[in-house]
This record gives sequence, structure tokens and C-alpha cells, in this order.
Amino acid sequence: MSRVEILEKVTVIFRDLFDDDRLDIDDTTSAEDIEEWDSLMHINLITAVQSEFNIRFSMDDIYKMKNVGAMIDIIQKLLD
Amino acid sequence: MTVIKIDQVNLTYIKGGLSVNNLLEYPFDSQLIMRKRKSLKKELLKKEDLSEKHIAILGGSTTHDIKDMLELFLLNYGIRPVFFESEFGQYWHDAMFGNAELIALKPDVIYIHTSNRNIMKYPEPDQDSAAIDELLEQTYSHFEAMWERLSATYHCPIIQNNFEYPYYRLMGNQDASNIHGRVNFITRLNMKFYEYAQSHNNFFINDINYQSADYGLREWSDPFYWYMYKYALCIDAIPILAYNIANIIKSLFGKNKKAIALDLDNTLWGGVVGDDGVENLELGQETAIGQAYMEFQQYLKDKQKLGVLLNVISKNDYENAIAGLNHPQMILKPDDFTIIKANWDPKSLNLVQIAEELTLLPESFVFIDDNPAERELIRQQVSGVAVHELGKLENYIYTIDRAGYFETTVFSKDDLNRNTMYKENIKRTQLQSSFADYKDYLLSLRMRAEVKPFESIYMPRIAQLTNKSNQFNLTTRRYTQVELEQIAEDPDYIALYGKLEDCFGDNGIVAVVIGKIEGKSLDIILWLMSCRVLKRDMEFAMMDTLVEKSRALGIKTIKGYYYPTTKNGIVRDFYEKQGFTKISEDAAGNTVWELNIDTGYEAKNHVIKVNS
Repeated sequence: MSRVEILEKVTVIFRDLFDDDRLDIDDTTSAEDIEEWDSLMHINLITAVQSEFNIRFSMDDIYKMKNVGAMIDIIQKLLD
Repeated sequence: MTVIKIDQVNLTYIKGGLSVNNLLEYPFDSQLIMRKRKSLKKELLKKEDLSEKHIAILGGSTTHDIKDMLELFLLNYGIRPVFFESEFGQYWHDAMFGNAELIALKPDVIYIHTSNRNIMKYPEPDQDSAAIDELLEQTYSHFEAMWERLSATYHCPIIQNNFEYPYYRLMGNQDASNIHGRVNFITRLNMKFYEYAQSHNNFFINDINYQSADYGLREWSDPFYWYMYKYALCIDAIPILAYNIANIIKSLFGKNKKAIALDLDNTLWGGVVGDDGVENLELGQETAIGQAYMEFQQYLKDKQKLGVLLNVISKNDYENAIAGLNHPQMILKPDDFTIIKANWDPKSLNLVQIAEELTLLPESFVFIDDNPAERELIRQQVSGVAVHELGKLENYIYTIDRAGYFETTVFSKDDLNRNTMYKENIKRTQLQSSFADYKDYLLSLRMRAEVKPFESIYMPRIAQLTNKSNQFNLTTRRYTQVELEQIAEDPDYIALYGKLEDCFGDNGIVAVVIGKIEGKSLDIILWLMSCRVLKRDMEFAMMDTLVEKSRALGIKTIKGYYYPTTKNGIVRDFYEKQGFTKISEDAAGNTVWELNIDTGYEAKNHVIKVNS
């Protein structure tokens, strides 16, 4: 799956979870950019992404997710 | 479980009120509701008639998503929760030493979410059985002390998780039987929890031991979620956990289903009786399919023994339906059903009629039919009915079971006799039609009532009635058993139950009245009656006794209150019929009534013998 396709799917997840249909994200988006993105929301993001792509992150993966771009890298790695 | 692809679920689908409910009905898509929780909540909050309940969650691990999911399921059941949530892991501390927020909340229910992560010590290999017994006692008393403190402080139902099995076994298979094994230790601890539940009315187990087994223990206990987020279960399992808790809570507040409306052809047996003939129906031990139908019938029969009313709605000629029900291999006999409707009318019409005949609301029904078109019809035409998605034949039992329509919390003698009582009611209706004069009919029933102050043996039933009665209920106040026990002992209240018997049998406790004494006046804060004894003059027998008791206490006026809801229209004129005078009415239709009993009172019941 291409990065663009992954970003598209991840965007839908973000919009659902934050209940905001106009929310746009890119590689540089991080918790600093979205007010409601706290540690509890982070857990929901991780869980929803795992289910969406049918993958399982390791603890190590999660520590490396500093922003959306890093998340997409890891998703792509796990999908290969 | 049906998995809806999330991309395909557009917002218009979610936004329709009906669809929101569907998404939260079993079998639900956990992943979808976790993701759409915010928009789902917004939609659910638009529902009318939500009743507010205060719910305290005392957690031994993270509870945030549990609270979110519980909220959705409760809203779907018509309960708007206001939560207190312990700080991480503070369950014991909050219970034992108090917490200002928790005290201020005045919880209606307390849920204690603990898991085997909260067991601090397990047996050591060098300990003898006496030392292990002592450890068991210590571990248990940590919990028992907390329950005692909570119930003494808050007087409300407590829901407590039991323990799931550990996800590894130090002693392998013998971990289950060896006294040093953790599986053994947890099993014994759970047994002690159950003993407490058996001897305490207001204490209920949330069986995570079963839930985790059902889900798959390895997945449920994936330690990733503990290490990362201090969750004692995997996040994907949270909706299942929350659904179970919501089912216990809705049952406590009288929102269980009471009856099932069943289709016949391809639901209770294989084949179409009208086309295939009775002898060709697939039912019995001979074939796999026949066996599945038999087991399904056995499941329904066992549910019936627990007080669930079974009814038939079948598109068939009546004779054919009865012939099918008399098939020699049928587990369910025609007599096991309260009402059988076999005709060619729309099923929605039949369902509404059954509800009326049983004096139940349609929302008390679960509709079970293999035909998706019939299910859709009921969904669209009869609101509130739980329309069950049956799935494959081999899954009939388990999907109905997991849906939790009939979650048992209070089990009273009444539940045991319910089928007989409804049957007797149908006989009464038949008798009634043979009398031209209604009073003659009532007299022919030879009714005897007991109208007396609350007695402790009847408390579970009285509590059940206060939580279940919606129609013949003037103020729709709900009480827990503990609150009722306090009222029974308080000299400032007159609290009466009414029990009615007649020539067909015992109806059990059918009426409850609570009056609060205010000087020389009595405020009727609760007046309810079971609809199964409508039009029997029981309400007059109750009033006569209430007046008699009030006068003995020197009370001069009785005040009645009527608070309208969408369901209690039948008692709008109740106090007028009782001879009260209306003294006020507000914009919402709430009315206040008064009766002077100082100058005399004429007894209104002439057909029931009371307390003789």
C-alpha cells in the first residue's frame, strides 16, 4: 500500500475519533497540533489503526511514533 | 459477527436514530463503535425519556474507554449515566477512605473493575495448605471489607468483577488443581466472591472469567495493553466488557425484556409446515439440522422456566401451526406458549395485539424470526422491540444468549410462576365474557387480598416492581431494595404492599404504595400496580386500607401526585376516580390532588376480601 493510500485511511480514522469531518493531517502532524490528542486519545488511535490495517504494533513501534509520518512508516513496514 | 467495512458506513447511515441503535445491538462491531463513539454519543443524547443514573467506576486499572463504552450502551438502553471515575488504581482507597467527589455523586450503582492484576500475593511453593488458606482469606477480606464499607455508605447495588485466569501457568495443567497453582487460587477466590453474592441481595458479579474465556484469554490478557496503558484487558475487548456491565445495570433498573415472540417455520423447526406437512418437518435426533432445532427449543424452554414468556407469531393456518407444535419430537408444547397467533395478518399487528393481551409494552419483547423481511417490518413498525439478528441455525442459541435480553439480577418467586400467572389471566378473560354484569364477574373470581406494611421476605419483589412498572405508576419513582428497607422501618412513612389471589390462582405482590407523613397530611410519593390486575378494583382495596391506616395515625388529608411520562397515561385520572380533588396542575401536566379523610370516607372496594 502506498503512503498516500495509508494517509487517506488514517485521515478517516482521525476524523471519526475526533468527530471532525474537516480535519486534515499530514506527515508532520503530531499531538501538539490537535488539542484533543491526549494520551487517552492516542490509545484509541493506535487501536483503531491496528484494527483498520489488521496489524499489531510492538511496544517499540509505539515509542517511535512521534508524528503521523512516523506512524505511516511503521504501518507500511508491518504491511510488507 | 457481521463486520461492516468502516469506509462503507457513511454518516447518513449513522445519523438516523434507528441505525444508531442497531449499531449498539448485539452482535455489534466493537471496532466501529470504538471509533464512532463521539458521533454515536451525540445522536444517543437526542433520545427522549432518558433516565439519569449516577454510576461510580472504581478501577484497579485504567477505566477510561470502559466508561466511554458503558455510556453508549446505557444511553441505548435509555439510561443517561453521570459518572464518577477513580484516579488510576484507586478503587480501594476511594471505597475505604471516601472521596469527596464520589460522596457528592450519591451513586445509584457502583462498579468495581478489578482483575488478577490486583491480586498482590499468590501462594509460594514452600507454603503448606494452612498458610495458603490464610493467604486466601487475607486476599478475600481486602475485597469484603470494601464491599461492606461501600454498602454501608452508599446503600446502592455493587457490581464486582470476578477474576479472569492468569495468562500463564507456572505449574502447567496442574496449576488448576494444585493448591500452589494460581489457577487454583483464583478459582477459590472466585468461589468466595460467589458466596458473598449469594448472601447479599445488592451485590452482583460481572463474570469476566467467562467473558475472557469466551473472547479468548490470550487475546483478552495481551500484556501489551498492561505495559503500555495499564489496561487489564485488550482494548478491542472493552465493548464486550462494557456491554455486560450495561446489561447488569439495565436489568437492575427494570429494563430487561420480558417476552419472546417466535416464528415457527425455519425458526423452531426446519421446513414449512403448511407446504411440507408435519411428518416432513426437520426436527429430532435423526439429523444434524433436526438436532439443532431441538437444542434451540430446549434453550427456549429453559429460558421460560426462568420467567420469560414465550409466544408464537406465525404466518400459517392455525390448524397447521398447532399440528406442527404437536409434532412428537417438539420440546416446546402448545402449552408452553402464553399466546399463539397463527394467521395471515401482518406480524407487526400480531405483536402489538399480544402485547395488549398480556398488558405488556411492545418494548418488552424480543422478536425472533428467520425471515429478514419480517424482521425489517417489525423494526420499522413497532418501536422498542428488540429484533434479533439470528444468524446461522447453529448460532441461534449463542447469539440470543450473548445479547443479554434477560440478564438475571433479581430472581423472585414471581419469575418462577410468571407463565402460570399469565395463563390464569387468559382464563379470567374467558370467564369475563360469560358475565353480562362486570361486578358479577369480579365477585365470581372470589378475590382475596393481603394489604399490609412491607415485609422483608417480599422486598426483592417490591423492589422489582418499583423498577419495572411503567404504566400503572403515578410518580415513576425507582427504589433500590436498601432504600425500601429503610422506608419500611421509618415511622414517618406508611408503606403497603398488596397481594391478590383468586379462584384461578395467586397473582403474588401486585401493588405498592408509599406515603410520607407530613404532620396531619400524607403525601403519596409512590403508587403503582402491576398491569396484570387491571380492572379488578385492587386499587380501591389499596386505598381503603391506606385511608384506614392513615386515620389510625390521626392523618386528616391525603395528597396524591401524578407525574406524566410517555407510558403512564392510563393513570392520568386515577385520583379523580378515587374521589380526590385536583388542587394544582403545571405546564408539564404534573397534577396534585387532595382527599379529606377527616370528615368520613366511604370504602370503595366491594369485591375483594382484604386481610381476612
